[in-house]
Amino acid sequence: MHNLFIGELAERLKNRQISSVELTRHFLSRIERFSPALNAFITLTAEQALIDAAAADARLGKGERGPLLGIPLIHKDIFCTDGVKTSCGSRMLDNFVAPYDATVVARLKAAGTVMLGKSNMDEFAMGSSNETSYYGPVKNPWDISKVPGGSSGGSAAATAARLAPLATGTDTGGSIRQPAALTGVTGLKPTYGRVSRYGMIAFASSLDQAGVFARSAADAAAALQVIAGFDPRDSTSVDVPVPDYSAPLSRPLKGLKIGLLREFFDGLEPRNAALIEDALNIFTGLGAETREVSLPHLPLSVPTYYVVAPAECSSNLSRFDGVRFGYRCENPKDLLDLYKRSRGEGFGAEVKRRIMTGTYVLSAGYFDAYYLKAQKARRLITDDFRSAFETVDLLIGPTTPTPAFDIGAKMNDPVLMYLNDIYTIGANLAGLPGVSVPCGFVDSLPMGLQLIGPHFAEAKLLNAAHQYQQATDWHRHAPRGYE
Amino acid sequence: MRDWEVVIGLEIHAQLATQSKIFSGSATAYGAPPNTQADLVDLAYPGVLPVLNARAVQMAVKFGLAVDATIARRSVFARKNYFYPDLPKGYQISQYELPVVARGSLQVMLDDGAVKTVGITRAHLEEDAGKSLHEGLANASGIDLNRAGTPLLEIVSEPDMRSAKEAVAYMKKIHTLVRYLEICDGNMQEGSFRCDANVSVRPKGEEKLGTRAEIKNLNSFRFVEKAIQYEVARQVELIESGGKVVQETRLYDSDKDETRSMRSKEEANDYRYFPDPDLLPVEIDAKFIEAVHKTLPELPDQKAARFAKDFGLSAYDAGVLSASRELGAYFEAVVAGLSAGHAKLAANWVMGELSSALNRENVDIEHSRVNPPQLTGLLNRIVDETISGKIAKEVFEAMWSEGKPADTIIEAKGLRQITDAGAIEGVIDAVIAANPKQLADYRSGKDKLFGFFVGQVMKATAGKANPAQLNDLLKKKLGGGGHA
Repeated sequence: MHNLFIGELAERLKNRQISSVELTRHFLSRIERFSPALNAFITLTAEQALIDAAAADARLGKGERGPLLGIPLIHKDIFCTDGVKTSCGSRMLDNFVAPYDATVVARLKAAGTVMLGKSNMDEFAMGSSNETSYYGPVKNPWDISKVPGGSSGGSAAATAARLAPLATGTDTGGSIRQPAALTGVTGLKPTYGRVSRYGMIAFASSLDQAGVFARSAADAAAALQVIAGFDPRDSTSVDVPVPDYSAPLSRPLKGLKIGLLREFFDGLEPRNAALIEDALNIFTGLGAETREVSLPHLPLSVPTYYVVAPAECSSNLSRFDGVRFGYRCENPKDLLDLYKRSRGEGFGAEVKRRIMTGTYVLSAGYFDAYYLKAQKARRLITDDFRSAFETVDLLIGPTTPTPAFDIGAKMNDPVLMYLNDIYTIGANLAGLPGVSVPCGFVDSLPMGLQLIGPHFAEAKLLNAAHQYQQATDWHRHAPRGYE
Repeated sequence: MRDWEVVIGLEIHAQLATQSKIFSGSATAYGAPPNTQADLVDLAYPGVLPVLNARAVQMAVKFGLAVDATIARRSVFARKNYFYPDLPKGYQISQYELPVVARGSLQVMLDDGAVKTVGITRAHLEEDAGKSLHEGLANASGIDLNRAGTPLLEIVSEPDMRSAKEAVAYMKKIHTLVRYLEICDGNMQEGSFRCDANVSVRPKGEEKLGTRAEIKNLNSFRFVEKAIQYEVARQVELIESGGKVVQETRLYDSDKDETRSMRSKEEANDYRYFPDPDLLPVEIDAKFIEAVHKTLPELPDQKAARFAKDFGLSAYDAGVLSASRELGAYFEAVVAGLSAGHAKLAANWVMGELSSALNRENVDIEHSRVNPPQLTGLLNRIVDETISGKIAKEVFEAMWSEGKPADTIIEAKGLRQITDAGAIEGVIDAVIAANPKQLADYRSGKDKLFGFFVGQVMKATAGKANPAQLNDLLKKKLGGGGHA
């Protein structure tokens, strides 16, 4: 049952072959069995899940239908969930119970999904390996000595291990696509503004975007259908109509123009490059045309990102001051002591590193040299993408430079860690949608193929990903022991 | 002593009269129990986002149009970062590089009647912080976030004022204007209208500005005047005794009537301003501006000009009577009830008896115990000579305390003027007969004694003798010498 796709599960729910309660029990028992070793969860909500599943069954019983009605899922612990602990992977919010639902959570709830729990993540979504979590690292189900990627590592690992057919995530610099690639699942990061950020704890506001993990592009499309759309509570959400994402999945790719990002292939590890070559052959076989394109400023992505994101986070995380919610130090002497120790004890090392970096780049005397320059670079990168999309429909390349690495391997070298996101950050800086789909294995570890589209081209992106998955079976591989 | 020139610029914070806050749906009403008007956005809960209140933008644009300012087609909200318990997000959302209202100007009438143009550098939107409470809490501070997120318009002037009095005149003019525009209630006790004053001095004739001190949070016209006067004296004394003014922020202590250093430039926060990524730039098009333009009322200067022209008032009177919309409306209602040519009488009464009664009783003109038709009723009795101006004051006081129409009081108290020449003559004769010495002195050239006789007659008639008639008749009776 756990190997079925969402579409298949929905069909069985609709036909009353299974109930949502049965489905929920099944996944809860898998979580009980596998999660302790994977450490994929921060909070389990089994009791509420069964209540919600029964409610979904009642709706189904009344003849109500919906692509996600009765489907269990996991929320990344960055999304506020009413009455449920929302830690953001941090000691700072270990005691925080959100008093409201994020828009993403509310929409999925209204669609009849059943939340099984909240997934582990890098602290405040800052990390590429899920090792910065206050709750300890998440393990990769393909090899538990490896990282699952980050920051949405718990959601990715849980989806890969078939602990749920669907999980939410957020992607600020690759935090959905990179862990999707490293765990062999499909990860979708929509266009900036396509999905509301309301209730999603902010890391870098101009880059953060909610998205989903599933095991197929079609499943991701069904979930996007529910979460996409304008939200008056998020001024940066965009008021453009939400198209049907499922119907266009079956369109043939004949004539689709795919651009190969030259900058992504320069120096690419040969086995990784070979997988991408194979994928390209599939696409040409499906009638797509490929051509090489160049985005000359793309190599500036990582340094640009590591100015913009810390700058915004240094300000976004100021609200965690020990005054109104979250962690507060014991017996503060005075106000300054309260601030210093609450933040000093509540935040982990990577979060502090980014707050300090961000504070520095915004400081008087450094603002122009760093923040303003980064904004200029960001514009150049965005312009590069825009000109590329004048000649091609989609861009294609690897999601990550390497497969999953050993836990602990890069924790002492932040720059090496940051380079993990070298292929994913560009889409965030330009606000573009991207999807990562499994495309083969290197050293028995899954690798991801990344597709990037123009703003609001999710339908085209998912169409291409779906057609690729119709022609391949990489997305059907399950890690050993989790089949 | 050298001759010093004072240079003052003001930053006025006007709380905008919106129903809800600038970035949340909470109410802005004053005086609610602590933290009952703060929602998750005001409390800066994790995950919440600001959404701009369009009414606040309309009000800012309205102000900009009223001071002939350039309205920015694109303005940007920025974050001003600093830690303070009453600043829940750890940053204040304000406008920094691109404010909604750019360069404008305002005409200000000074005490001597001269008109001065004060430049307005900019006006920008921002959110207010909450309040820290220290009273009644042992070993702790309370935080009230009701005010957090209240919309403010910060109006920054050029350093164009040259004295404390000019600064106050400018501030009063802005106060008048924002109330005319109905964008701010102007309530200074509640902090709806307050200012920071930038003060420096320089030798007369010197082009270069002196080092300035910023006096924070002045919430009355009197404090603005006194704080600036103190600060100017302090700076001049400091320089003349060989010292140097340092750039710093100072606080005015109204109990001690002095300013004290709060923090120096070196200790100032680095606010790390950057554009707020949660808010889109505010785009304002010609249509929006046009729509706001249509909501502009007659402005104070326009009203004053009309009063001067239509009613023949002096510039000073016209200025006073247009200082508030309510005062102007009251005055116009009174004038409307009088026959032509008596606007000056109405002006004198509104600015004189009525204003002093309102001040004495501390009531707003909207709640005046004598309303415009009642005052018109009184003034018409002066016009038709039923009573004298002097008696009218007595009637007015009775109207104020008893709330009855003028005619009722005049009748009840028998205050009708004596216009019967025979009756007045009779009283004059009696007065003259009773004061032979004064009569003799008068006739021998002591002209001033004319007034003595007027007074005696008025006393004997309880002030009811028609003054003009009395004058004529008295002159006749006293004969030679007198020429009042």
